[in-house]
Amino acid sequence: MAEFLMPTLGADMTDGTLVQWKKKEGDRITKGEIIAEVDTEKAAIDVESHFTGIIERLITRPGDKIPVGTVMAIIREEGRPTTSIVSPRTVTTPPAPPPPVHRTESGTAVPSQIGRFRMSPAARKLAAERGIDASTLQGTGPEGAITLDDIERATTATADIVKSVDPADRQARMRHTIAAAMARSKREIPHYYLSTTIDMGRAITWLKDSNEQRPVTERLLYGVLLIKAVALALRRVPELNALWKDDEARRRERIHIGTAISLRQGGLVAPALHDADRLSLSELMQNFQDLVKRARAGSLRSSELSDPTITVTSLGEQGVETVFGVIYPPQVALVGFGKVVERPWVAGGVVVPRPVLMASLSADHRVTDGHRGGLFLAEIDRLLQEPQSL
Amino acid sequence: MNTPRSEDDTRSQVLRILGEIAPEADTTSLRPDVSFRDQLDLDSMDFLNFVVALHKEFHIEIPEADYPKYMTLNGCLAQLSAAQS
Repeated sequence: MAEFLMPTLGADMTDGTLVQWKKKEGDRITKGEIIAEVDTEKAAIDVESHFTGIIERLITRPGDKIPVGTVMAIIREEGRPTTSIVSPRTVTTPPAPPPPVHRTESGTAVPSQIGRFRMSPAARKLAAERGIDASTLQGTGPEGAITLDDIERATTATADIVKSVDPADRQARMRHTIAAAMARSKREIPHYYLSTTIDMGRAITWLKDSNEQRPVTERLLYGVLLIKAVALALRRVPELNALWKDDEARRRERIHIGTAISLRQGGLVAPALHDADRLSLSELMQNFQDLVKRARAGSLRSSELSDPTITVTSLGEQGVETVFGVIYPPQVALVGFGKVVERPWVAGGVVVPRPVLMASLSADHRVTDGHRGGLFLAEIDRLLQEPQSL
Repeated sequence: MNTPRSEDDTRSQVLRILGEIAPEADTTSLRPDVSFRDQLDLDSMDFLNFVVALHKEFHIEIPEADYPKYMTLNGCLAQLSAAQS
């Protein structure tokens, strides 16, 4: 048996509130599939399962606020024994309600059939539109059929849990959690900072030419070139692609770039662009667009918040020329980019105006030193001089 | 060929698109000659999404070189009007 726990979605998260289960007891779930929606200090998050198997028991109930690490559900993993006892140490919520029952016309209660339920086409359509998993509902229609009213009630109940957090309160809580993470970072991580000025002329010209060939729906933003350059540079200096745990740096094989995204209502999140080094620029752009859209709509996935191995922040659009960021623990580095500005630049012994960009590195001195950090920035610079190879 | 839209209809569609990109913004009080970026705090991703939405709604091609012409409400309406005439 596997225990599905309230996940940690960042160094600053201490607890979460279950909004809704996306699966019901008896359902099969595969690793990576969404099992629940959890409301955190920052946003409502779709939480993925780390296991493949059958859901034996849903312990936490919608609306329950529980600490990180609490057992929320029990999953019988495929190929594993069927008997196990849930550790009482970590179960802090009441047991789940009994399985839903149907009432027959004679009033006799019979258990719902797992995976099968009565539902009108209209209710099915509405459930699909609202993103409600009807199989988790108890129908109130004839013979337990799920009705339009049942879908409406489920929609309202889900929305109520999320909306019960006042926007101003959520903003204050988000500020509080960011403050806690940043204070911890500055307290625990001995930062060092480096910066370099990069000639962006070739990259901008290449991007302009490339975008001229692309339909409007497939154009690239120059930020994607920066993200890809960072991802590829990490292959050269892999010790920056690491997490600090138990007093040591643990290198990560895969490169997941946390991209700082400001939210319209205030605050920011830095979800992961997974495997950024392996994606083409077009794929990276597509994923980036999707990530920004979902971050602002409040529909990020748990892995996107827990997986970043380094963070990239760009404040150029706010007119900032240089950024020296604070590392987001347990990561060990952060890359900052400023605004592209026209500056006098010496090329071939001649002073010419060039579009330049200040790139910075904030890194953990327990893990790397300035020499390696300098190599990393130089590699980003080199890569941006060959944009066609990104 | 599509029937040309009235200016009011074009304006309301542009404002609807902006409202979807910046849901918290009051698009009814937009100053027509001030850039969307300054008034609505749009970033480059938002602006790209805006241009893509205009392309889909009005079935027009918008080269990247023309982006600056779409950065204000008046500029945008002028471009859309010219494209439909």
